[in-house]
Amino acid sequence: MLSNIGSILILSVLSLSLLIIYNSYLDLKNNNQLIKKSIYSLSLFQITFTILSFFTLIVGFIYSDFSIINVYENSHSEKPLFYKIAGSWGNHEGSLLLWINILVLFSYLFLIFNHKHNKKFRLYTLIFQNFLILGFIIFLLINSNPFSSIYPVPLDGLGLNPILQDPALAIHPPLLYIGFVGCSIYFSAAIASMLSEYSGKQFALAIKSWVQISWVFQTLGITVGSIWAYYELGWGGFWFWDPVENASLLPWFAISALMHSVMVLEKRNTLYEWVIILCLLTFILSVTGTFLVRSGILNSVHTFANDPSRGLYILLFLSLMVFTSLIIFFKKRKKEIYSFKSSSKETFILANNWFMVFFLATVLIGTIYPIFLDVITGAKVSVGPPFYNTVIIPLVIPFLLLMTFGPQSSWIKSKKETLYKTFYILLGAFIINSTLFYFFGSFGFYSNLILITATFLILHSVIDAKKSIKNRKTFEYPRIISHLGFGMLVFFIGINHHHSIETDFNLKVGETKILYGYELFFENITIEPNKNYKSIIGDFKITDLKKNYTQYLNPEIRVYTNPETLTYEAAIKSKISSDLYLTMSNVSRSDFYNIKFQNKPFMIWIWISAFTIALGGFVQLILKKNEK
Amino acid sequence: MKNKFSKIIIFGFVISFLSIFWLGLKKDNSYNTKDLIGGKITNFQLRSIYNSDLITEENLKKNQFTLINFFASWCAPCRLEHKYLVKLVNQKKNIKILGINFKDKKNNAKTFLNELGDPYYFVAEDTDGKASILFGIYGIPESILIDKELTVIKKIIGPIDQEKLEEIFRLIK
Repeated sequence: MLSNIGSILILSVLSLSLLIIYNSYLDLKNNNQLIKKSIYSLSLFQITFTILSFFTLIVGFIYSDFSIINVYENSHSEKPLFYKIAGSWGNHEGSLLLWINILVLFSYLFLIFNHKHNKKFRLYTLIFQNFLILGFIIFLLINSNPFSSIYPVPLDGLGLNPILQDPALAIHPPLLYIGFVGCSIYFSAAIASMLSEYSGKQFALAIKSWVQISWVFQTLGITVGSIWAYYELGWGGFWFWDPVENASLLPWFAISALMHSVMVLEKRNTLYEWVIILCLLTFILSVTGTFLVRSGILNSVHTFANDPSRGLYILLFLSLMVFTSLIIFFKKRKKEIYSFKSSSKETFILANNWFMVFFLATVLIGTIYPIFLDVITGAKVSVGPPFYNTVIIPLVIPFLLLMTFGPQSSWIKSKKETLYKTFYILLGAFIINSTLFYFFGSFGFYSNLILITATFLILHSVIDAKKSIKNRKTFEYPRIISHLGFGMLVFFIGINHHHSIETDFNLKVGETKILYGYELFFENITIEPNKNYKSIIGDFKITDLKKNYTQYLNPEIRVYTNPETLTYEAAIKSKISSDLYLTMSNVSRSDFYNIKFQNKPFMIWIWISAFTIALGGFVQLILKKNEK
Repeated sequence: MKNKFSKIIIFGFVISFLSIFWLGLKKDNSYNTKDLIGGKITNFQLRSIYNSDLITEENLKKNQFTLINFFASWCAPCRLEHKYLVKLVNQKKNIKILGINFKDKKNNAKTFLNELGDPYYFVAEDTDGKASILFGIYGIPESILIDKELTVIKKIIGPIDQEKLEEIFRLIK
């Protein structure tokens, strides 16, 4: 029943897409200044049906309708309601439907919110966005239909992978999807802009808010994913340079570059070509990321769909997108003449872009190098943190400096004095740095430099914030907040990296272990039945011997019944200054438990910093709304 | 001219990227042991489960052929394959079996061998399973057949049965 409703809704969305494309095409030839009413109504129907189809799937999950294969494979009647709902997008088919929802949503919002802009430009955007929608609906229908039914109806479902049953992970995919799929709208807009020759400043104004929205959601999505990894994967790290994490970073670098250069286009009406490239690149990288994750070409914690036929479809679609955009780009490109003064804001923003492109290239090479090597020589390698650390860390230093200097400069040409002043502050910071390094040279040269440049950026951002509050320059808030967040992020990651304690040992109930000024007492083990799993909970008493302060931590081993799996839940005590992190795993056929004990300084601050970066984008959107 | 050149470069770049992705898709990503065959066993050092004797790859050079067998007392399929290992050493004089006791308790392993017979010329302990991982093992039972030069001739995943035993007979003839 639900499966039929869902399929009918999807087919209606498909036909509406075709109708929108056809009608928009006809309307292009019409000399009328306004877009035809019928296109608006078609779009409204399209978004309604799309959202309804997603609700149908969620209802299927809530009522455990196991006649739908997708529900049968990913849910179970005994699962808590919250995870039943989250389960609807925690699998390949459901998440693809969510993906289509966001494509349609952005298509609709772009149509109604950009009414001030050129008609031809809007129609072309609508046409290309609907081509994207069509492509993904066909993909959904031919091999990833969430509404496929099964007969006879199974009595119960197989259950959702327990590692995915976590609140952070329930919101991680929707956030990331809004971020990644949101990029589609300025991909379409970029092509539309080239075809309609609606370029320059006007184009920048048309896409700016959409870029910011998707940037904010990407930043949040990546942060939440990282928080999930920290709390759930149980090895105490928050970033592993896992291929899939990298796949999410690639579009983020491109979009961060775009967010900066779109300002140059808006204020100075230059860099148009580069902005177009970044618009195209951001969504192409998002789809490439999807390809890498969904095709099974890479192995990682995220490969939840190991089906080469899916990969083949995405690859075909990706190639089509890349070639269409390249051909249109080369056909329509116009030579631009750049004349930037070396000390102008434009130059600094361009410098940001070069760094972003460098980071992007590094991560891209690191991620796909193993695939290339495997295909060409058959050797299997994996690229890990040492590569990224070696290549990226040294470059973070000038990057942080430019982040501090750049905003001090003015458009077109800066006053020399402001630059000199900032230069003196830097010189001071460098002297402090060298002195610190001389006396406490415990960190190594690069780390020390990074910490100091990060401090420099933080200090400067605080001074800037004070100044702009005094002078009521509200337009500077977003930049200051995000740059401050970035400075803090680098600073706290640096401190965290160097002062974390980590040890591994085996312990029996009743034993005590003393390490790094902590006393660990393994008091007891209790077994507790839960709704869909059984927990084995360890009671640990941890005493800080220096401060004589005791805390209780309870790491857990969970035995899930549907599907039968073991997961290890870390016990984490977060404080403002540090996190205590304890995981426990059973040693087979023995009374010992393997204990991993970690003390990680400033963990919470890493999350706060990442949220601060995203907050900058939010503030920008709010300020913009108030302007109108 | 310059424009045309950059176009060719960019298109070439994109096409090679996409085609490598395409080739990557067609490749079988599952773990394959055929890479190990022809490779050599390199330095290792393991302790006996009975006493403090050590074994290294040098010891294996004295045997014409060695079968390195990974087992544990808690592993049911290992029980099944055990009689074939006994059969192997009884029928062939040119092969010796090195047992590596994977993530097991010494006493349980000894009981296991008392009960089912001991075909091994050396039983090494690997309590945490790390040494086995270095041999490229991902589950037990598994066996690696090597010759005098320590070259891997055959790798057997899963329990040895009559058919696999006959294959070993053929290989060490």
